Amino acid sequence: MIKVKHLSKNFGKVKAVDHISFEVKEHENLILLGTSGCGKTTTLKMINRLIEPSGGEIFIGGKNIFEQSPEILRRGIGYVLQNNGLFPHYTVAENIAVVPQLLKWDKKRTEKRVDELLEKLHLTKDYLHVYPNELSGGQQQRIGLARALVADPAVLLMDEPFGALDNVTRSKIHAEFKALDELKRKTIIMVTHDVQEAFELGDHICLMDKGKIIQDGTPAELLFKPKNDFVKEFLKEQRLLLEFKTITVKSIWHLLSNEEKTEPGPGILANYNDDLWRVLERATFSNAKRLHMMNLENKEVKTVTFETLTAAFYKYKKQQAHE
Amino acid sequence: MNEHQQTLWEFMQQQSDKLLTQTLQHIGLTFVSLFIAVLVGLPLGIFITRKKQFSGAVLGVAGVLQTVPSIALLGFMIPLLGIGAKPAIVALLLYALLPIIRNTFTGITGVDAAVKEAATAMGMSKWQVLFKVELPLAMPVIFAGIRTATVITVGVATLASYIAAGGLGEFIFGGISLNNTNMILAGAIPAALLAILFDFLLSRLQKINIKKLKTASATLPLLLLLLSSFYLLPSAYGSKLKAGFTPEFMGRQDGNLGLISKYELKIQTLVINDAVMYKAAYEKQLDVISGYSTDGRLKAYDLVVLDDDKKIFPPYYAAPIVRESSLKKFALLEKILNLLADKINDSTMTALNYKTDYLHQSPEQVAKDFLVASKLWKPARNGNDGTVRIGSKIFGEQYILASIYSMLIKGYTDYDVSTKTGLGGTKICFDALTNNQIDFYPEYTGTGLLAILQPSHKVVDSLTHSKDETYNYVQREFETKYNIKWLKPIGFNNAYALMMRKAQAKNFGIKTISDLKRFLDKK
Repeated sequence: MIKVKHLSKNFGKVKAVDHISFEVKEHENLILLGTSGCGKTTTLKMINRLIEPSGGEIFIGGKNIFEQSPEILRRGIGYVLQNNGLFPHYTVAENIAVVPQLLKWDKKRTEKRVDELLEKLHLTKDYLHVYPNELSGGQQQRIGLARALVADPAVLLMDEPFGALDNVTRSKIHAEFKALDELKRKTIIMVTHDVQEAFELGDHICLMDKGKIIQDGTPAELLFKPKNDFVKEFLKEQRLLLEFKTITVKSIWHLLSNEEKTEPGPGILANYNDDLWRVLERATFSNAKRLHMMNLENKEVKTVTFETLTAAFYKYKKQQAHE
Repeated sequence: MNEHQQTLWEFMQQQSDKLLTQTLQHIGLTFVSLFIAVLVGLPLGIFITRKKQFSGAVLGVAGVLQTVPSIALLGFMIPLLGIGAKPAIVALLLYALLPIIRNTFTGITGVDAAVKEAATAMGMSKWQVLFKVELPLAMPVIFAGIRTATVITVGVATLASYIAAGGLGEFIFGGISLNNTNMILAGAIPAALLAILFDFLLSRLQKINIKKLKTASATLPLLLLLLSSFYLLPSAYGSKLKAGFTPEFMGRQDGNLGLISKYELKIQTLVINDAVMYKAAYEKQLDVISGYSTDGRLKAYDLVVLDDDKKIFPPYYAAPIVRESSLKKFALLEKILNLLADKINDSTMTALNYKTDYLHQSPEQVAKDFLVASKLWKPARNGNDGTVRIGSKIFGEQYILASIYSMLIKGYTDYDVSTKTGLGGTKICFDALTNNQIDFYPEYTGTGLLAILQPSHKVVDSLTHSKDETYNYVQREFETKYNIKWLKPIGFNNAYALMMRKAQAKNFGIKTISDLKRFLDKK
């Protein structure tokens, strides 16, 4: 869907982005991860030509973006900024309707679409005629997202979209983000410096440093097959948490033994596709001792204890390291 | 005019026609200039946000323009644009530029970068970003700039009357020259009220809710345009010749009022400042001007005095007027000042004035040359036995006289001298004298009579035909009323005079004011 080839950007003598190439498949979430100054934001902004590259090529849907006018290109790409960048002199409704207005949609179509998005983002219609400064940070970020999604672009670029939010609001929005069906139809490139966020939301992560991509892979690949010490070091601090968040019930299914008979007691139903962190969280929350789970592929059912689950997790990790 | 002291209200009622005209002219002048300043300043301000390398130069030039004294700026305009509305508008708009350019620049650069980026990223073109995002968000700051510019312009527009562009300055400067407080206030109060009113209205516009910003931005240009059109309303009636009179001359019985009542002269008249009037006549912007009979520019610009055949201009013999208390304090002062008595006649004074006004010699140089030639010169003794404070009005002749007196005092006594030259008119000079801020200044008998004492018509008529009677009358009255003494006259008579270009006067066969009237009345 998006192909980036040998992309570079020099600011004077500084190579902000240095011959990077990557690819994002349709409906995939790519995370550009790295510390500040690593070139991730510059890379993102070159994709909608907010920054013109010094060299390289970018294709979206097979089309070279430098052969289109930047305005037309941008109207087809959703963009979400860290500080939401809402227009303070526009109401919520007007803010969301910016792109439809540029695309000259008729009023009814715009209104219908705005209403639909507000509902999906759990905002009531009361907010339509309110100005951004009257909203909370989380609400503003939702409006920013709505504005980016309103014309239903195939591609969404997000520049640290949740960076300015407090932890509680952020995890709430993360959950909404993952649940939003609109986003499942999008090809997304998101910039973040937050490792947890990257692992939670990304199908695929480019870890960047000094303008170069150090490793490009799935969260599991980054965790269990780090390319070099930089990657290991980068993930070190939150390693255990990340591992629990990366490994799903599905991935350790073959290591779990059914213990239905040996451990009677109350239990909860764990989703096959959930990561272990979420499973454990839910279990702790409801004080469950046993976990019931079903393989969605062959409908096999297993009931396990915490201990079995943890043991399987360690076994899986060992296997990954030796693979 | 009777003896009853006129109140401000009576004056304003009596002059309500003029007041309305001047106020409308003032508003018009302010907003024509402001409108053009916005038309120029706003795009220029936007331009320098795009090409930042020019911002320093543009703001610098606008800043320098702001610091040029307003009178000087108006003076510069005359050779380029003549007199009247054009140069006044240009000068005013130059003053209004800086706040508008600077606030446009500051306003637009101050718009949140994230908001601008978002606008671009949504797919807005550069113009769309400017009109939909940057300008609306910068509008409060830009309004603040326009507001500052408005207040500045209302103030500076009072000076427009110097170059015959009308406005409330006509009353203000007329009043200062005529020692007529009512007239000053009749100009100054409306001018101040206009400034306050416009400031208030624009402040409302500025604070207007962001929601109504779009309407506000749209109404402002319309409003400016509407107010600008005021200037066109009072259209002047035409005549064959165009006269330019000083504000002082306009309001005086021995000036324009006398011309109207005694000669029944009907001529299209503009109010103009003394400093630019002669040049305007020379450059054929004006045909008839009200000058002084000893003015050096008479000679310099080849003008001729029209004979005052009905004797409406009273004698204006110059003499120093001194505070009684100062004469006591400086025992030698009277004797020294009287050294100059009868030393300078009309032609000598015109020649001296010619040297400063046209040859551009310094008044000090001219004074010294004169003293040396008259064998009165003595080198300064540099004494420190008290300081005599000399005042002078703001024209060349008075500077020369002040310099002569200063040199005489320094040469013949041990007093030190401080000069307060360039006091802007009879009222300012005389108030400085009565308030003990100066010890003496050269005054003219006619001015003392008509501008300061202002006796009834009868008294004036009985005095003005005679030089000595006028002198005796003012000397007596000043003594009793103000404790101020008229010393011996210097000799020359610097009376008001109507003058025209020599060639034109000859061409039309005009020698006297009555000739002028006949010429104007001929169809």
